[in-house]
Order: sequence, then structure tokens, then C-alpha cells
Amino acid sequence: MYTQALNAKDAVVPVAGPEEAARAERFQARIDAEERIEPNDWMPEAYRRTLTRQISQHAHSEIVGMLPEGNWITRAPSLKRKAALLAKVQDEAGHGLYLYAAAETLGSSREELVDQLLAGRAKYSSIFNYPTLTWADIGAIGWLVDGAAIMNQIPLCRCSYGPYARAMIRVCKEESFHQRQGYEIMLTLCRGTPEQKAMAQDALDRWWWPCLMMFGPPDSESQHSDQSTRWKIKRFSNDELRQKFVDATVPQGRHLGLTFPDPDLAYDEAAGHWRFGAIDWEEFRQVLAGNGPCNRQRMTQRRDAHAAGAWVREAAMAHAEKRARRARAVPEAA
Amino acid sequence: MPTTSISPAATPLLTCVLRRADDALILGHRLSEWCGHAPMLEEDIALANIALDCVGQARSLYDYAAVVDGGGLTEDDFAYRREAGAFRNCLLVEQPNGDFAATIVRQVLFSAFIDPYFRALAASADATLAAVAAKAEKETAYHLRHSAEWLIRLGDGTQESRARAQAALDELWPYTGELFEVDDAEAAVIAAGIAPDPRGLAAAYDATLEAVLGQATLTRPAGAWMQTGGRLGRHSEHLGFILADLQYLQRAHPGATW
Repeated sequence: MYTQALNAKDAVVPVAGPEEAARAERFQARIDAEERIEPNDWMPEAYRRTLTRQISQHAHSEIVGMLPEGNWITRAPSLKRKAALLAKVQDEAGHGLYLYAAAETLGSSREELVDQLLAGRAKYSSIFNYPTLTWADIGAIGWLVDGAAIMNQIPLCRCSYGPYARAMIRVCKEESFHQRQGYEIMLTLCRGTPEQKAMAQDALDRWWWPCLMMFGPPDSESQHSDQSTRWKIKRFSNDELRQKFVDATVPQGRHLGLTFPDPDLAYDEAAGHWRFGAIDWEEFRQVLAGNGPCNRQRMTQRRDAHAAGAWVREAAMAHAEKRARRARAVPEAA
Repeated sequence: MPTTSISPAATPLLTCVLRRADDALILGHRLSEWCGHAPMLEEDIALANIALDCVGQARSLYDYAAVVDGGGLTEDDFAYRREAGAFRNCLLVEQPNGDFAATIVRQVLFSAFIDPYFRALAASADATLAAVAAKAEKETAYHLRHSAEWLIRLGDGTQESRARAQAALDELWPYTGELFEVDDAEAAVIAAGIAPDPRGLAAAYDATLEAVLGQATLTRPAGAWMQTGGRLGRHSEHLGFILADLQYLQRAHPGATW
């Protein structure tokens, strides 16, 4: 579902020697000329590391993101909604698979990357550390979380790294479908009984601020945006994307007849933007530090699923080896 | 305001349609419980895919049940507004997911039946059922292939996987007899050329299982005792909990649109 600027610092790798410097210069010239970098092309180690981290965090987010939404599959209130939600969560798994494959083109295996997640060494989007308490949360996730994800990911379709850019084109198409589906759930609730509308309002109240945090820390604190911008991994700053999201989303929420949980939210006629109140960055830092409402639960579920599936993966390997052995034995016997 | 459960009149055709629909819904529900918890990402996708097919089949069949009933009901009325005792699914599909072996064995035991059943139903004198079955059969053929391949991997994998697969097979085997039951309602639709006689599919079922279990190096359980009751609405304790989950929102907000 989602990628996020998580504000981790890269160790700066010193450029060694004039030859390396010339290579880096040629590399930057290709980026400046809007050429796509492909897996077999030379690339600076820091570029490889930045992308591996970003793509794998994105993949982990898809996988962890299956949990809060999966929480409502068995309780979806109609067969149509059940089928749509199942298909949506299945799409997230597909995005995860696709993104791990993109990360693998940079030289890290899926197993390594998953191990990093399970060991707590890799991050995933902070948003999935919030609980889905009612059915309206499924609508709110589609509308707001996927909406925020799209804002972030559309520029990534033009990312300098080819496999990631191509993955994003496909992912964005599916995310916009999810976003419309989520909004439609919200619309149905808002046109429904008073209890349903209250459910929708409560979901907006709980998801709005965490969704604004999805764009990452404010530009004044963002630590690796400059390099990512030069490499054309990142095309817009966190604050620019956040503002775009607010501008697109506020009219949608008003159309639903819902109130945003921000007394400072006001339209700035002159600038043509919706101005919003101060974000509680301490909450964001706490969620990233592992103290969100569901961090431990999500990681426990992932670790449990991984551990419970170990014997299955071993069986599949053992069977594949047996088959290969038999296949080798046949010509020898003949 | 629909606040209570429905109890549609049990004509043979409606009974037969609901048995197929309930099998699909309950199995789809069980499989959907795996979503996000499977042994590997590929299997998260595959199990969700099979679950989606099952829910889709259930929806087509409930739609038709509403037509047969003629009382203005919808697919959701059948899924969300019947008590456990009104469900007509076989006991096999409501059995818990257990470990991955139990899920796979349950799938093989069911798919090996329902795939040839839908193939035969595609020749039904009832045009709607024939069309639903023709579409569903393409899906169940894949479900059988996918689950049989896994059963072979598990049976002919490690010592542990083989033991788990055999234990699941022993556990679930007594629920296979119900698949072939024919009561008065089934007999009536069979006689009318609407549904195939499941007893006529037993030999093919045995042959499929023999081939799969052979490659999986698993032993077909010897016990002849078979559980029964699901087709008449006498279920295991599990179904009540499935419905508590499945029907919760519809029951808590009667008459609401979702």
C-alpha cells in the first residue's frame, strides 16, 4: 500500500578516487537527462542502499497493511463488500510480492528483507500501527490511507530506478481503485442510519491525523530528501505532498458531510490551499519507536505466521529436492 | 424493517441450490481467515484467490436461490439472515483451518468432489444452474490442482509435514461421506435432470484421491464411519462461531444498507 519517508540517516560513503568520482558524475548526468537506471547499470552504493531501504519498507508496508484490513474480512457486512475487501487485501499481497521482486533486482533477497522486518531492523508505514475498530475504518483506510499512498506514489512512477518506477505504475492503478472503493463505503455509511454516519465520523476522527503523518516529518527536519531529490527518487517534498493530499481530501470529506478533527482547518483563498493545524510529531515519533497502539500486535502476527509456516516452507524445499534427485536418477538408470 | 431471520420454504430445488451455495460461502469464509497469515506470500494470494472464487460462486447461487424462492429476497438475506440450523452446507467445509495441512486436506477432499460435480451440473436441465456450474468448474479445477500439488509436497516432503498431512487426513476423512448423500430433496432434482447424482461421482472421487494420496505417500484412512447432519442443518459447534463473525454487523444494525 504505501511508502513513507521515515527519516533514517544513511552513513555517508566517501567517494574513493578520481575514477569513482567520474562514474558518479556520469551517473548523475544520466539521472539529470531523465534516463532510467536499470539493475545491471553501475550505481553508487548509497543509491542502491537508499532504494533497497525504500522499496523494502514499501513492500513490508504492503504486507503489514494486510493485517488491519484483513481484520474485517470475516465480518464484512455484505457479500459484495466481503469479496471487494478480500480482493483488495489480495492486491496488497501482490504489491508486496512485486515490490520484493523490485528490491531483489538491487541485490538483496526477499528472505533477507523479510528477516530484517521480523527482527525489527526494518520499518514499515506508521499508519498500520493503528487499529481497525469498526467497519467504517475499512472505508477510511481506502479513502484516506490509500489516498495518501497515491499522492506519494504517483511521482514515484517517474522514479529514476526503472524496476521501482514500473512497479509503481501498476500499483497506482490498483490503489486508485481501492481509494474509490473506500470512499464509496464512506458515502454509503454517511447516507445510512445515524449509527452508520457516527461510525464514519469516528473513523475520520481517528485516521485523519495519522494519515497526515504518513507523508513523513516536515521538510525542516527531513534528513535525506536532498540526495533523494538529486537522484530523482523523490520529486516532491513531504510538506508539498501533504498539502496536495489535504487540498484533495478536504472537499471530499465535506461532500460526505463529515467534520475534520481540526479546528484550525480553513481555506486560504489567496493561496488556494486548505491550511491545517499543527501535527503532533511526538505521536509520530512514538509510533515509529514502536509505541503505537498496534506495533507489537502487528509484529507478533507477522512473526507467528512466519514461524507457523516454517515447516511448510521446509516441506516444499524437501519435496523439490526429492523431485530433482529423482529426475537426475532417471537418466542414470536408463 | 427486516429484524428477524428468514426461513424460506424448502422446495427440493431451493434446498439443492442452498446446499451448493452454503458449501461455497462457508468454505470461502474459512479460507479468507488465512489472509495475512499464510506460510508464504504466494499462498496468501492463492488462498485469498480460492476464497474469492468460493464467495463468488456463493453469490451466484444465492442470487438464483432468491429467484427460485420468489419472495424478493437477496443474496445477503441468505448469507446474513439465516440461523445456523437453516444452513445446508456439509460439515467438512466448516471444520477449522487448523494448520496448513488441515486446510489443504480439507480443500482436496472437497475439491475432488465439487469439481466433477460442477462439471456434471453444467449439463443441467436448469439453464441457470448449468451456466453457474460451467463457470465455477473452471475455478474448482484450479482449486483441486493447487491443493493436490500442496498435499503431494506435504506428504512427500519432510517427516513432520508428512505426519501433519496424515493426521489431517485421518481427522477429516469421516466428513467425506456426506458429500455423496442423497435424500428426498436431492432425489427429486436428480430425477428432474436438474442435478447430477453424487453417487455416480464416487468412483471418480476415489480415483482422484488414490492418485493424489499415492504421490503424497499418504494412507487413505480405513475407517468406514461417516459423520452426517450438515445437509439437514445439524452442524458442528464451529458453524455458530463462523456465523457470529459473518453476520455480526447485519444483526447489530438490522435493515441498514452497507
